[in-house]
Amino acid sequence: MVFDQVLFYVFASVAVLGGLLVIGQRNPIYSVLAIIVSFFGLSGLYILLEAPFVAVVQIIIYAGAIMVLFLFTVMLLNVPREDAAEWDRTHPFYRPWPMRIGGVLAAAMIVQLIWAFSRTAGLGQGVGDQRPAVSAVSELGRKLFTDYMFAFEVTSILIIIAMVGAVVLARKREF
Amino acid sequence: MAGVLDWLTAPQTLFFLGVTFTVFLALQISAAVMVYAERKVSAFMQQRYGPYLVGPKGVLQPIADIVKLVFKEDLKPKAADTLLFAAAPVISAMAAIAAFAPVPFGAATTFFGLLPEPMPLMVADINVAVLVIFAITSMGVYGIVLAGWSSNSKYALLGGLRSSAQMISYELAYGMALATIVMIAGSLSLREIVDAQTGYYFGVIPRWNIFVVFPTGLIAFLIFSTAGIAETNRAPFDFPEAEQELVAGYHTEYSSMRFALFFLAEYINMVTVAAVVTNLFLGGWHGPLLPEAYGWIWFLIKLSTLCFGYLWLRWTLPRFRYDQLMSFGWKLLLPLATVNLLVSAAGVLYFGL
Repeated sequence: MVFDQVLFYVFASVAVLGGLLVIGQRNPIYSVLAIIVSFFGLSGLYILLEAPFVAVVQIIIYAGAIMVLFLFTVMLLNVPREDAAEWDRTHPFYRPWPMRIGGVLAAAMIVQLIWAFSRTAGLGQGVGDQRPAVSAVSELGRKLFTDYMFAFEVTSILIIIAMVGAVVLARKREF
Repeated sequence: MAGVLDWLTAPQTLFFLGVTFTVFLALQISAAVMVYAERKVSAFMQQRYGPYLVGPKGVLQPIADIVKLVFKEDLKPKAADTLLFAAAPVISAMAAIAAFAPVPFGAATTFFGLLPEPMPLMVADINVAVLVIFAITSMGVYGIVLAGWSSNSKYALLGGLRSSAQMISYELAYGMALATIVMIAGSLSLREIVDAQTGYYFGVIPRWNIFVVFPTGLIAFLIFSTAGIAETNRAPFDFPEAEQELVAGYHTEYSSMRFALFFLAEYINMVTVAAVVTNLFLGGWHGPLLPEAYGWIWFLIKLSTLCFGYLWLRWTLPRFRYDQLMSFGWKLLLPLATVNLLVSAAGVLYFGL
């Protein structure tokens, strides 16, 4: 259990530090890489929760597929390093009020997060004591196609809509 | 402290450390052997001698190559991104070596009775092994892409971009072919998939996945091997380093050991793909004549045959054109893999195969 706890803190700090580095430095390529590191930390946490399938899928989908596309885009557009002076001029606090909505949203999110944490049961449990209800892959699949069928199908429709939309937007106009 | 010492000297732990170390070394050696084989096979196919000066028949040529690479000057372009330029080859090599961890290469063994219970001949017996390999190999693309970008050279960048586009395109067909076998075997663990392939149909045809639900197993095998070649960036899919167009692609600016790490990664990836194909489709360590305990010999034979096949393809087929590569991947391989998956799903569902 002590070993589990040490691992938990290692993975958690990797995830949090990676997340902070995404916005904490000015090179967009490094931001993409930092978020990948953060995903690896999350994946380690999933393994500690005895959900190896979720951990591996996290790596395959987010780190393996989605972030490659991000990196691809950032490289192809050759996004320059953020310029500190430019950033100061365009800082939300110096913009008209609609630009400050982001700050309000962030504040709302933090309040929501604290509220959610304060009402979550089992926060006092030691690291490694929480166990998921489903961990076997076959069991997960059965749940997905019975109990959570609606959510599953709605998600896939959402993805198809996004894909069709992307094709329509990117297609050459032939008129 | 005594607990830790007991654990460290337990036969299981020693066996585990031994297997890990052996696999690590064997992968490096296999890369050297593959380099030699590649040069000899290509020479044979082009009616040349190939390397013949260093050692008998030139077998020490890879060692000479390594010595040469180690002593070369390590160049770095002035405008390169220092951190990523150094990290890229390391990522490539690390992903290549780590991907072999969940691959079993022999039956469970007590190692001449030294172990209290039989242990599988693999580094890590993970119950989602197939997906772990998939995940780690997909990390390899970062090495190539970052090498391309951090070199700050147009050829390297184009090579890196091509590589990421190619790997994303072929990962889909790769995954579909994998799903076919996972569905038929009913497990994500490579050890269990191999164990499900014991025995014979009608007493003659081995119960390998390549023959399962004929012909879907065979089609899945062909799709998986093709996509595997594309994943490892081997000819005829070696776009990231197309010499005629891109000088040397993503590793144009690399020299010395950093360049060698990319080469190491390429050959180890090839061996890993061949090992995974062996386990998924060709029955792993199962084979006639030899007793179960010597199954790793069958594994090596199958592995070498597949590796020779990859060399053969490289020196026989010309490179695709880029649009051909994309349309082959998206318009032929992916639909074929999907239909194949559905057909074998129907087979499993209705006949309970």
